[in-house]
Amino acid sequence: MVAASPEVTYNSKIEGDITVTRVDAAINWLRTNSMWPMPMGLACCAIELMATASSRFDIARFGAEVMRFSPRQSDCMIVAGTVTYKMAPVVRRIYDQMAAPKWVIAMGACASSGGMYRSYATLQGVDRIIPVDVYVSGCPPRPEALLDALMKLQAKVRGEPALKKQFSAA
Amino acid sequence: MTTDAALPPAVSQQFPSATPRPSLDCPAFNVPADGALALLQYLRDTQGYDFLMDVTAIDWSAEVSPRFTVVWHLYSSTKHTYVRIAADCASDAEPAMPTATGLWAGADWHERETYDMFGIKFTGHPDLRRILMWDAYPYFPLRKEFPLAGLPTEMSDADINAEIGVGVISAPMAGGPFVATPGEPMSAAEPRAKDEAWNEKHEKPE
Repeated sequence: MVAASPEVTYNSKIEGDITVTRVDAAINWLRTNSMWPMPMGLACCAIELMATASSRFDIARFGAEVMRFSPRQSDCMIVAGTVTYKMAPVVRRIYDQMAAPKWVIAMGACASSGGMYRSYATLQGVDRIIPVDVYVSGCPPRPEALLDALMKLQAKVRGEPALKKQFSAA
Repeated sequence: MTTDAALPPAVSQQFPSATPRPSLDCPAFNVPADGALALLQYLRDTQGYDFLMDVTAIDWSAEVSPRFTVVWHLYSSTKHTYVRIAADCASDAEPAMPTATGLWAGADWHERETYDMFGIKFTGHPDLRRILMWDAYPYFPLRKEFPLAGLPTEMSDADINAEIGVGVISAPMAGGPFVATPGEPMSAAEPRAKDEAWNEKHEKPE
């Protein structure tokens, strides 16, 4: 005969204290602190993006240092640079390949609005082809501005229902 | 910049059809289209102009004939001087020019770019495709009649076009373009804003 073990119940002296939270808060906490970027570096903004990733500005402080060059593994596309009409379908296809939930930062004037390129070759803002969460001004933006955009995006993610994007196409 | 003073007499003697072209820097020659390759080869093999710096073209606008002029810039790595060759395309509607890829392999991409922007066909080119715009793009953007803002058309990927439902638009000019007007007095021809912006008051021209 095996006696009922007293160890089966939760023993807070051994296991430590427990925390009660909402599932939204827990999931969003995980998401905001491991937001892996898809570096869509298309022009000079990509240089500032690299600076943001390196030691002086250190985007790793916000959990976004893991630049993934595969869209399957990334959460946040940072469109850094001029989007030409030749490149635009490629950007959209990579965005489509990212797994939900996914977010987009339009970094700099070109990605946000076409910037100074008012010409036949340049898409007048990447929001014509993909939904953008945060726009960053500047030409190119300082790394601090990109970090600020990332923090704004994290604040946005913290405030939204965690499973909303999971089942929607966008 | 040093100039090659011995070159113009030599070229005039060798190629009577080549005429001097007004130039502020290096020697320059106008040459008939069918004689351009022979002159280029002579400059490369005999005069030491071994480096093809650039191939480009000029569109003199639709009212002018001949309309298109192809321009070659050559550099000599031994004499350290430049020379410029220009040849008019015979046809204004279907401009064509013999390819220089047989002389310089580097002419390949230059000529593809010139074809992409001006629509000048280089006969004999091994791979004359567009190089900057996508293959199905219907216009030649550096021709004079092409508006700076561009013309509406489809993007290159049919799947993506169907999914996002937007194509190439003509760019809003927002106070621009800042361009000079040809054929006006110098004071009026200065580059200045020609407000082609479209908004509620000023409809977008179709």
